[in-house]
Amino acid sequence: MNDVNKKAKQPIIRTLKRSERSTRDTIKLRIIAFVLALIAGGVFIILIGYNPFELYGTIISGAFRSDMAIQATIKFMIPLLISSLGVTLAFKMRFWNIGAEGQIIVGAIFSSYFALFHSDWPHMLLLAVMFIAGFIGGGLWGLIPAYFKSKFDTNETLFTLMLNYIALHIISILRDGPWKDPGSSGFPKIARFDVNAQINKVFGIQFGWIIGLIIVIIVFIYIKYSKQGYEISVVGESKATARYAGMNVKKIILRTMILSGGICGITGMIQSSGSDMTLASSVAGGVGFTAIIVAWLANLNPFGILLVSFLFSVLEKGSSVMQSTYGLSTYLADVLQGIILFFILGCEFFIRYKFVLRTVHHKGGAKS
Amino acid sequence: MSKSKSNETRYAIELKEISKMFGSVVANESINLNIKYGEILALLGENGSGKTTLMNMLSGIYYPDAGTMSIAGKEVTISSPAEAIDFSIGMIHQHFKLVEVLNAMDNIVLGTRGKYLKPKILKEKILEISNKFGLEIEPEKKIYNMSVSEKQTVEIMKVLYRGAQILILDEPTAVLTPQETDKLFAILRKMKEQGSAIIIITHKLHEVLTISDRVAILRKGHLIDTVETTETNENQLTELMVGRPVSLKIDRPNVIGKNTILNVVDLSVVNDDGTVGLKNINFKLKSGEILGVAGIAGSGQKELCESIAGLTTANKGAVLYNKENIIGKTPDEIINLGISMSFVPEDRLGMGLVGSMGMVENMMLKSYKNNKGFFIDNKPARKLSEELVKKLDIVTPTVDTPVRMMSGGNVQKVLLGREIESNPNVLITAYPVRGLDINSSYIIYDLLNEQKKNNVAILFIGEDLDVLLELSDRIMVLCHGEMKGIVDATETTKEELGLMMTGRSLEGISLYE
Repeated sequence: MNDVNKKAKQPIIRTLKRSERSTRDTIKLRIIAFVLALIAGGVFIILIGYNPFELYGTIISGAFRSDMAIQATIKFMIPLLISSLGVTLAFKMRFWNIGAEGQIIVGAIFSSYFALFHSDWPHMLLLAVMFIAGFIGGGLWGLIPAYFKSKFDTNETLFTLMLNYIALHIISILRDGPWKDPGSSGFPKIARFDVNAQINKVFGIQFGWIIGLIIVIIVFIYIKYSKQGYEISVVGESKATARYAGMNVKKIILRTMILSGGICGITGMIQSSGSDMTLASSVAGGVGFTAIIVAWLANLNPFGILLVSFLFSVLEKGSSVMQSTYGLSTYLADVLQGIILFFILGCEFFIRYKFVLRTVHHKGGAKS
Repeated sequence: MSKSKSNETRYAIELKEISKMFGSVVANESINLNIKYGEILALLGENGSGKTTLMNMLSGIYYPDAGTMSIAGKEVTISSPAEAIDFSIGMIHQHFKLVEVLNAMDNIVLGTRGKYLKPKILKEKILEISNKFGLEIEPEKKIYNMSVSEKQTVEIMKVLYRGAQILILDEPTAVLTPQETDKLFAILRKMKEQGSAIIIITHKLHEVLTISDRVAILRKGHLIDTVETTETNENQLTELMVGRPVSLKIDRPNVIGKNTILNVVDLSVVNDDGTVGLKNINFKLKSGEILGVAGIAGSGQKELCESIAGLTTANKGAVLYNKENIIGKTPDEIINLGISMSFVPEDRLGMGLVGSMGMVENMMLKSYKNNKGFFIDNKPARKLSEELVKKLDIVTPTVDTPVRMMSGGNVQKVLLGREIESNPNVLITAYPVRGLDINSSYIIYDLLNEQKKNNVAILFIGEDLDVLLELSDRIMVLCHGEMKGIVDATETTKEELGLMMTGRSLEGISLYE
């Protein structure tokens, strides 16, 4: 009974899971994280020899200094906004759709077919057909992993990710072969869309921003007030509960992924015929991945997504101005973005856990 | 150095003014408790009274906010489970922490820091310890081949092998048959004779009275009293635990005019992994009766409930509801047939309810389809939630607070309330009082009896044989997926049930396996 001869030490800092914080505290914490990120980014800017206030100022003014700048900012925002809304539906169901990139591309391919080969159709009809084609294309690309998930329980993360590369290379095949622009004198590229197949402008920006706003509202209502949206939440929380409640889980997974992919497909249509005016292999250009971050930062709330995607676009546009003004690399913007993400995602830890310092003990009996 | 070193007052554990808070919730406040070597102390208290928190502090999982702990007369700080073992404290958790594919020996040495022992020497060492304490153990048997009781023996062996002098057992008898419980108690008494200090947490009062020397009662984080077992009785203990006198009698109203509602014929289920879930189950469930189901955990209770509710597909057999076979139909189709059957599953938050949703949204789970059109209508669900809160005294800040934030009893009331509100003809409940304190349990029993009086046929899957005996009209016993018989609850005994649960058929002649 005398093997108790060791005085143990309590660790200096321990982590403890905390009871749930209120939404208000959570938002407060996120704002603090954002401010800290700006400070940390500022330190980084000082280290490379610039004035952080000046640079941050340039980013803001760069995004808003003229009508044209604002238009360009919004142009960045449109694809980000719409595809974030798309992945949100899948994420609500805890279906890790990493394939927005591919869904955007396939949506763009489907709609480009009509833009390239049916440009003689009446303008509004053509756009409507392209819109639907974009939705179907993206939806199909989302349906494939969903089908295998519901049938064989495959891993959707890998599946959707790999489909991105397939989609990307389909564009290359089309560009180098069947859809190669005959007038490009041998240079592999797809022809510029006929004006008839381009999206109209409203206030100097392509019509896509209105579509984006409409989708925000539709997705919000769908998630919050529709039976299908309710089913998505239940399936996401627990498939066993969904089955218990008499839901057809497979059907719900398939349906939701068609919608999720479809909305991303709309992004492809809008980006190709509204901004690029052609089908470029950069039509998605990483937006599908950024969308994942936007959706999570906004806590899968459609109006939150509107705000976060706007902030992201300001950073994007502002840093391109900063780059040209100071001759800095655009990668600086990526570094700043990374810092912001690091802090905001890092603060999730503080939402769930708290640190406890070692409590000082009054001197007790044992001294070793 | 501690001041008093005389052997008589040297306690195994001395807790002084121990307090622990979780946020603003007081889990333990100023607890003073001593345990001597060679003593069995029972720790009694309702859910949330702070038993587990207190024990977790002893086993190094939590650290107290205030107060001191002494082991064998020396003040210590325990900051991790590994250190608890260094202080010779061993905890046996309610849920076994064993590696299924390894054998008993490997599980016993897993995680010890000593040097590798040859299997032969290790086996001898283990057998030596098991002889000392009267444990029956087969060192080379794989865990997955073991019964629940054997697994528990391995858990006990694990801590003894590490030289534990102080044992903490968290509800060790919850999963055991009466016979296995007796065996466990024999082991504990032997360990007590060898000078170990044992703390046992349990809900079952008669067990407390059988095994312990002293009883410590916790209520709302405070140590209410410590009484000598020989000087107390069940009623006094309950009163101390709940804070007021409670009648421990469960009603068994008699309903006349029973008729068969559900006829289960040759029901067989093979699990996904190829094991037998259910084998040729035959019984009739009548209106106005509670048919209890007894059996060791994992004897086919889950398969039985889920195949009737349409969540698991049966391989053979039929479940006839007014001559209509409902096997092979999805829950959706069963509802559409106009059969009102309610299932209160074992896994409340994982199956019956959605933890992150509030009461209102959980009420909609069963009814959202009734609303025509594309949108949901949460007004009826809100009204129903508010009614249930009043009717069943559900404690929740609002009807929109996520149900996972509620206490176990309230969660169960939400689930049972929703199912009862759909006016079922058949009610299937799996472990409806698991994890609930005495008060909540009795409310649930009353609710079930009320349904029984309304001529509902109730299938009650239970684990506490005393409750099954008092509440049910008939008891069906399952063992390894087979039905060992249906007995009249007023005529059978706990011992008889225990024997049937371990595989003896009703006649008591043929031993299973």
